[in-house]
Amino acid sequence: MAKKFPLARIIKQHLGKVTVDEKVTDMACVKVGPDDLVELCLYLRDDEAFKFDFMADICGVDFYPDSPRYELVYHLYSISFGWRLRIKCRLDDPPVAPTITAIWTTANWHEREAYDMYGIVFEGHPDLRRIYMWEEFDGWPMRKDFPLRGYKDKYNPFGTEKPAEKSNDKEAS
Amino acid sequence: MGALNNRFQDNVFFTTADSIINWSRKSSLWPETFGIACCAIEMISAGCARYDLDRFGVVFRPSPRQSDVMIIAGTVTRKMAPIVRRLYDQMPEPRYVIAMGTCAISGGVYNTYAVVQGSELFVPVDIHVAGCPPRPEALLHGFVLLQEKITGTKVLRKEIPAVSTMKEVV
Repeated sequence: MAKKFPLARIIKQHLGKVTVDEKVTDMACVKVGPDDLVELCLYLRDDEAFKFDFMADICGVDFYPDSPRYELVYHLYSISFGWRLRIKCRLDDPPVAPTITAIWTTANWHEREAYDMYGIVFEGHPDLRRIYMWEEFDGWPMRKDFPLRGYKDKYNPFGTEKPAEKSNDKEAS
Repeated sequence: MGALNNRFQDNVFFTTADSIINWSRKSSLWPETFGIACCAIEMISAGCARYDLDRFGVVFRPSPRQSDVMIIAGTVTRKMAPIVRRLYDQMPEPRYVIAMGTCAISGGVYNTYAVVQGSELFVPVDIHVAGCPPRPEALLHGFVLLQEKITGTKVLRKEIPAVSTMKEVV
């Protein structure tokens, strides 16, 4: 039988920095600030008790109009123990987070996706460009204030008129 | 052929140059081998043994330089549109375009920021084949319509401008 997941060990090692998300019932979930994210990830990967050697996914979330507005959700998997762990990290507006590409190389494309869809800037990312949308695309389509039909142009006659004042689209570039 | 063998003397047929050019064009409509989304499955089905596009002279070619028809089979995303346009530009004239399926015709259900709202926004479309996806028979019908369209074109003869008898309503 698999060992019980030592969630308390993570909390004890990072007192005051990492908290358990009590609302999550389906799996172990911790909350961490962007400043302590890299430290926590390194610990989870290298500690003999966890060996989280596989980063499964990175998602972005937009909680508009709440504050802090954005959230990053990381899913980790430990091949040795068969454990899964979810890490949540709330971000302010404009959203900036540290990159974890140095810890798990696969985070490269996941972070590019989060950047493409939400405009979350990952500091230190080796190649932060759009991954799904074309390079000239203007806007962050998964943000809640982005119109579903996009902005009106030659190929998109049914789009919404682009607002006159510049929204927070380009501050990232 | 047994009934016809060796029954006739050498013959001369009279026809117009346009007729024979149009006849050859419509009898060898070679489409490009590419599909963008699920409509491509129906297109493949139409090309395979059960529906057999080959009997119309429709033979899929692996290069746009050898093709006459482009079948836009599927949703054209904004990122894909310039690539589809380049394929069209690489085809030698005369070239024809069949927009296959609702997505290629109008964007379909994908009225979003990422999908081109109709292929006509970036290539001239000759035939629209409706359906989601269209059945192979519908695509066959589209090819027959395209053949009918080619039959009427004037290649060598002067095109007589269409005279409108109606006065323009201002």
